[in-house]
Amino acid sequence: MLEDKDRVFGNLYGLHDWGLEGARARGAWDGTKAILEKGRDSIVNEVKASGLRGRGGAGFPTGLKWSFMPKQSDGRPHYLVVNADESEPGTCKDREIMRHDPHLLVEGCLMAGCAMGANTAYIYVRGEFVRERERLEAAVAQAYEAKLIGKTNIHGFPFDIVVHHGAGAYICGEETALLESLEGKKGMPRLKPPFPANVGLYGCPTTVNNVESIAVVPDILRRGGSWFAGIGRPNNTGTKLFCISGHVQKPCNVEEAMGIPLRELLERHAGGVRGGWDNLLAVIPGGSSMPLIPAHQCDNLVMDFDGLRELKSALGTAAVIVMDKSTDIIAAMARISYFYKHESCGQCTPCREGMGWMWRVLMRMAEGRAHKREIDMLMEVTTQIEGHTICAFGDGAAWPVQGLIRHFRHEIERRIDDYTANPHPRPVRVAAE
Amino acid sequence: MAVRRLAPPEIQPKEFSFSVENLDWAKDQIAKYPEGRQASAIIPLLWRAQEQAGGWLPQKAIEHVADLLAMPKIRALEVATFYTMFNLEPVGKFHVQLCGTTPCVLRGADKLIEICRERIGAQQHVTPDGKLSWIEVECLGACVNAPAAQINYDYFEDLSPQSFGRILDDLAAGRQVKPGPQVDRQLSAPIGGPTTLTSLDGRGNGRQGYAPAPKPPAADSSAKGQS
Repeated sequence: MLEDKDRVFGNLYGLHDWGLEGARARGAWDGTKAILEKGRDSIVNEVKASGLRGRGGAGFPTGLKWSFMPKQSDGRPHYLVVNADESEPGTCKDREIMRHDPHLLVEGCLMAGCAMGANTAYIYVRGEFVRERERLEAAVAQAYEAKLIGKTNIHGFPFDIVVHHGAGAYICGEETALLESLEGKKGMPRLKPPFPANVGLYGCPTTVNNVESIAVVPDILRRGGSWFAGIGRPNNTGTKLFCISGHVQKPCNVEEAMGIPLRELLERHAGGVRGGWDNLLAVIPGGSSMPLIPAHQCDNLVMDFDGLRELKSALGTAAVIVMDKSTDIIAAMARISYFYKHESCGQCTPCREGMGWMWRVLMRMAEGRAHKREIDMLMEVTTQIEGHTICAFGDGAAWPVQGLIRHFRHEIERRIDDYTANPHPRPVRVAAE
Repeated sequence: MAVRRLAPPEIQPKEFSFSVENLDWAKDQIAKYPEGRQASAIIPLLWRAQEQAGGWLPQKAIEHVADLLAMPKIRALEVATFYTMFNLEPVGKFHVQLCGTTPCVLRGADKLIEICRERIGAQQHVTPDGKLSWIEVECLGACVNAPAAQINYDYFEDLSPQSFGRILDDLAAGRQVKPGPQVDRQLSAPIGGPTTLTSLDGRGNGRQGYAPAPKPPAADSSAKGQS
């Protein structure tokens, strides 16, 4: 088990002072100038050595991402954009960072900005997080006042932070949609290439990082990349905030080492599955976009990038949604499909039309009003959406349905059989659209 | 995608312009973004316009913001209709955004939806006294405190049918309500107390020898080496 001294987020639960003084007492803003003076290559190399992989879902190595930024400016400014548009169902970790440890994020922005030659950072907070945004703005104001950041500051690297916000659109968590939104447009993802590192915000080189990825950077640089790399397994290093929701005794957020077994995670911190481990039906291991994992694969499940990829799922944002045997798994997945239908930006036809189609079919399947051949048809439609859209939203919506069919086909078939044996004339509960 | 249209013409106000304070505030917002990129401020400005107009965005307000930012009106209308937190029709004084996504449903959000239907009525319907309206929204991002609802700007978490009903009653009666978890719990920590961070000192510092001062170098380097 991870020891408290190796935990990055000492104020995860808001028991202590979130402000500058409290953050300093927890080690923030200590020796920042010396770290910045080592230069951008040194910072990038240290982050590469730590093995930090992006905490926003895709798990792309953070140091490598930073190294894509042009080494010399061609006259265009560089931008750091922090993605605080946390909306993946199951995920609520960045919220805790912003309201309880905002200075880690502010300091991380400064260090990351230095590593990519960016003198401005934009933090895009989801619209719903009004109180969290106010807290973050207050922390940024404290940092300006103490001259930790700003045009002239004690660290000798001019750096501005602008806290921006959205207004309720899941798709703005996709990095290019976020940039569009930040430019004052509808949040519709852009075609890549060009990648944001070349043409990003306002047509300038930009790197978009998750809140947690940025907030762990100061600790990595202070304690050394080897400290972070020593936690977890190779290629899956460091600590991670896990969000445990659903059918557990005590849902919670907790910072743990990467690679903790699922069962240990649930039983040590969340009081275990409601009704005991044997009452587990399935878990969604990384936010709603990731395929579910049935109980029989959960016994030795290791919670990291590679461990979950072996089971055709993924760590995503490490948001564990637990479902016990009382769950109507088809209805639960249909509700997730509704989420994607609601949040599709409407730009690509396979996604715009496919999301509603999948949801309507799943709603019928939840009642058993379907033909068994439609299960294969649904599977085929998911593969026609996956990989055929501009952004990964289509993939993220197709995977949970694929996971359902892969692991619970027997349940769908049983329900179809039940309905066929005892059909009822009630209309299907689907809105006319 | 959702079909979102402006409110019918008969309830649209004839005029809208920012108050003096809001106009000053808007200019400060615009100044945050680089020269020529003032369109970036559209979401904060529409948000403030919505606040000034009483919780919803009339067409004139959208057009006013477009003029202020020197944008074509259609671009501002696109933004206003794309982002779901912009209410295009009037809402109650307390607008309840109830999370209905799977993690909240697993913890009983469907019962809260029933309460909203009984207590307030259909979605987007405002109670006759103008106090309450509700809408089912997608994930609020408070999943470990499910089920959750956002009422105006505050989150109400760990709701039960009883506590949620009481909150609605209190709001309708003008009584104070307490945001955050509605059960005995420290925010997102497990019920019964945290299982981690228990060895920290009073300031939340668990890295003895790691605090800024006094800092013995030996303790600092040993902390680095361990994992």
